[in-house]
Amino acid sequence: MKIGKKDIEYIAHLSRIELSETEKETFVSQLSDIISYIEKLNRLNTESVKPMSCAINATNVFREDILTSSLSLEEAQLNAPAANGVFFKVPKVIE
Amino acid sequence: MRLFEYTALQIKEKIISGEILPVDLVKQFIEHIKIIDPHVQAYLNLHEEDALQKAAQIQKRIENAEKVGYLAGVPIAIKDNICTKGLTTTCASKILRNFIPPYDACVVKRLKEEDAIILGKTNLDEFAMGSSTENSGYKITRNPWNLEYVPGGSSGGSAAAVAANLSIMALGSDTGGSVRQPAALCGVVGVKPTYGRVSRFGLIAFGSSLDQIGTFTRDVKDAAVLLQVIAGHDIHDSTSMPVPVPDYLREIDSGVRGLRIGIPKEYFAAGLNEDVHNALKDALRKYEQLGAKVVDISLPHTEYAVAVYYIVANAEASSNLARYDGVRYGYRTSKSNGIVDMYCRTRSEGFGNEVKRRIMLGNYALSSGYYDAYYLKASRVRNLIKGDFDVAFQKVDCIVCPTSPVPGFKIGERAKNPLEMYLSDIYTIPANLAGIPGISLPCGFSKEGLPIGMQILGRHFEEEKLLQIAYAFERETDFHRKKPVLKFSPTQKE
Amino acid sequence: MEYEVVVGLETHAELATVSKLFCGCSTKFGSEPNTQVCPVCLGMPGVLPVMNKKAFEYALKAAIALNCKIREYTNFDRKSYYYPDLPKNYQISQNYHNLGVDGSMDICVHDRVNRIRIHNVHLEEEAGKLIHPEEAGADYSLVDFNRAGVPLLEIVSYPDMRNVDEVESYMQTLRKILLYTEVSDCKMQEGSLRFEASISLRKKGSEKLGNRVEIKNLNSMKSVLKAIEYETKRQADSLDRGETIDRETRLWDEVNEKSARMRSKEEAQDYRYFPEPDLLPVVIDAKWLDEVKVTIPELPLARKQRFMEVFKLSDYDTSLLIEEKILADFFEGCIKIVDRPKAFCNWITNDLLREVNDRKLDIHHLPIRPKQLAALVEIIEKGTISSTIAKEVFSEMIQTGKDPQAIIEEKKLAQISDEGFIEAVIVKVISGNPAVIEDYKKGKKNALTFLVGQVMKETKGKANPKMVNELVQKKIDA
Ligand SMILES: [Mg+2]
Ligand SMILES: [Zn+2]
Repeated sequence: MKIGKKDIEYIAHLSRIELSETEKETFVSQLSDIISYIEKLNRLNTESVKPMSCAINATNVFREDILTSSLSLEEAQLNAPAANGVFFKVPKVIE
Repeated sequence: MRLFEYTALQIKEKIISGEILPVDLVKQFIEHIKIIDPHVQAYLNLHEEDALQKAAQIQKRIENAEKVGYLAGVPIAIKDNICTKGLTTTCASKILRNFIPPYDACVVKRLKEEDAIILGKTNLDEFAMGSSTENSGYKITRNPWNLEYVPGGSSGGSAAAVAANLSIMALGSDTGGSVRQPAALCGVVGVKPTYGRVSRFGLIAFGSSLDQIGTFTRDVKDAAVLLQVIAGHDIHDSTSMPVPVPDYLREIDSGVRGLRIGIPKEYFAAGLNEDVHNALKDALRKYEQLGAKVVDISLPHTEYAVAVYYIVANAEASSNLARYDGVRYGYRTSKSNGIVDMYCRTRSEGFGNEVKRRIMLGNYALSSGYYDAYYLKASRVRNLIKGDFDVAFQKVDCIVCPTSPVPGFKIGERAKNPLEMYLSDIYTIPANLAGIPGISLPCGFSKEGLPIGMQILGRHFEEEKLLQIAYAFERETDFHRKKPVLKFSPTQKE
Repeated sequence: MEYEVVVGLETHAELATVSKLFCGCSTKFGSEPNTQVCPVCLGMPGVLPVMNKKAFEYALKAAIALNCKIREYTNFDRKSYYYPDLPKNYQISQNYHNLGVDGSMDICVHDRVNRIRIHNVHLEEEAGKLIHPEEAGADYSLVDFNRAGVPLLEIVSYPDMRNVDEVESYMQTLRKILLYTEVSDCKMQEGSLRFEASISLRKKGSEKLGNRVEIKNLNSMKSVLKAIEYETKRQADSLDRGETIDRETRLWDEVNEKSARMRSKEEAQDYRYFPEPDLLPVVIDAKWLDEVKVTIPELPLARKQRFMEVFKLSDYDTSLLIEEKILADFFEGCIKIVDRPKAFCNWITNDLLREVNDRKLDIHHLPIRPKQLAALVEIIEKGTISSTIAKEVFSEMIQTGKDPQAIIEEKKLAQISDEGFIEAVIVKVISGNPAVIEDYKKGKKNALTFLVGQVMKETKGKANPKMVNELVQKKIDA
């Protein structure tokens, strides 16, 4: 599987990362190398193997429906790059 | 012996007995750090005032014969991807430049409860993505044994701090070897516990199904002491397991007589440095002398581990790092045109190249049309790798192998080729994929005088046994007692 | 050309837990913005989710009530998309192993029962709220994260609805089921119940589905119905002109009652679902399933049918009774004490509902108990008060919460059955109305009614009407 410039542009958009033309070129070649290395996995037949997404065998971990304390407005906004009164402020969002 | 050369176990006794005053100890450390760290660059942030204040508090409590914690007055450094309430936590990324967490990580809370003293936050590869600590957004940490060499990574700052006596112990995190590999390269003891042994709450996520907080110490007993404090179930981490934590020191000197040690042939294949190979052979001979039985085993899917890891870890990372968007905290670009532009500029300016590369790789592996071929395929092969260990552990009590294929590499040497860098973790990655615990301890030196690490892997939640096996070796050798002699050339000064 | 509309609905209902899905912040509606947030629901670095057990059980309960197959093994997935109200820029949801699949819900349209299939029911987290300032030229939006992380149930139907009546019945029935099972308060005005529709058209008689259009931003059931009508016409006109329908997402504009394109199929989101590594799978064993099953009450449609059969009530009456679970429960509470279904049904559907509306009462906190209404009905039957007086007593009961007997005694409203007393009043009325007596004797029979009315008036309605009738008759015939 070869990665082209179009692929990089699509992935960069999914990643919300802006790339310059030279960066695109670098990433095309680096990601292509990595992807072709990764394709060694295709040598294995895994049809009957269950996917493993967790390193431990455990299930059913819950908490009770109980209130715990929230942050104060001040604490919540302490790290905010921009706030407007009680709100977090962001550039205009057009639906 | 200068105060900062003691182990935690020694120092805590001297503190309780009043022989050493916590404030003096912290002062000595800070003085030493100020001389040495400009060359090593282990710390991102030193918490001088907080540390002195806490030391004074503990000192007073000891004077008043009040109860103090298990780590009373013991200085510790913390990797800067572990949240400390009120103290900046940056993950060595510009995107979190001034981020001040409003909460403590579970491990930090436990350290504070046991009266450890947090000296500062240590450098890492940005978001723990790397094996050399060259990918930090702020500085490059150097290996105290040779300042032209990398300390390993991503917890290079923590490993270098312990090796250079800039802290008695340190916490790191290990997603694919980020504790064990720098421990090996810096000649200290590093433990990656079982996935689920230590709470990840407050550890800034990289690969959530692989991440585990680990320890850096000068010897195995200190590792037991530090693990004792941080291990155990936490209700804030669904993947932390309610498995009882044994007293790690109690059985630590039971020896290895009768134990079966597995030697995976795939780990002693081409690509393994000769010095490393020889050091391991000597170590295995030592174990045989001590009464252990060395058994050849095979972990047949080892060669696929790096490929699986770079899909799974980066898929998880691409999603874990989506939250750095300039909305609620962290860096935001100064000028943008609408929300999407703000996201893209913020992330492009805030993340370094390695992080961008991994986010993109992860998103690629999860994207529409590729999920089955990459993410799902890798998840299946991951199960095969875990299966290899399950089979092996039916035959042996532990597995011994090198921690890193090479004793070290120079700064800049591998920075240009990501794939080559990825392959430095070939021996450490499988344990993260399987979730099993691992320890790296010094077992020799290369011709150039760089430390060599031996890795011991065990069954889920059998850290106690790993510590016993490691201690049996350490007690018979003195590699861990050797200290780097720091040589500064004028050009390396800041 | 004649077309048939094909509609599927996606429903989101906020679950009625006290705390959020993955943290202990409150779910209370209407608090000061950004005061019900913590590191977890703000998606801060290093935080981890821990599942609220009640939220999970509510979702399970709803899935069972909607006749879903419950997976023994269920799991959560991350759904990735960037939006400023989504703190982690991924939503913890379910995709690969939904909690419930292949369910169904029976709806009733024009007395006919129709089965709508449910594709899946799953649990996920709510997003925050984005506010677009109205001031002209504002170049910013504002975010409140109080709702972020509230547990949300998603119910996805198959495209099994063919007209607005079915859609309306589906929404109403589903709402009732969620209310009956008490998993959600279903307050549409607070956004705790929301619908999205997917609409396609096909030639009448054709089996092949057309391209579907998804409609978002539907703020009420009325909007849903209007949007379907609008979209049906828009698509039909388009098809008649020989155009094709694009698969796209459209936004409903409530003010202008129009829909407009939001994004096309090409711009469709790539959600990159993968298993959430911070949560462990959930295994639902038979024991747990049974424990949840027994908490599910009789559902609205079944209850309606039982009420009609057992209590011989009309379709209309039972519809009113089951509309709110609390009313149906109230009715059954009364029936257990006195077996007068029709009487109770009338009291509840007429008088009680009128009082609730007039006084703007919260139906979930009625000031009257079944025991009290049953007592009132018994008092009427015994003849202690007339039905007119009873209405007055009932109103007083609602106002004060007192028992009927106490009100009757306090206000001296008991019926007068003292023959001597009534006769005395009759004599007085007759002597005061000689002309009426004349009329009666001339054959005007309604003069009798007038005299009875006068007697009742004199006694403030308290005289036993039956006795008054008999005695007046007797007196003037004498
Ligand atoms: Mg949804
Ligand atoms: Zn919260």
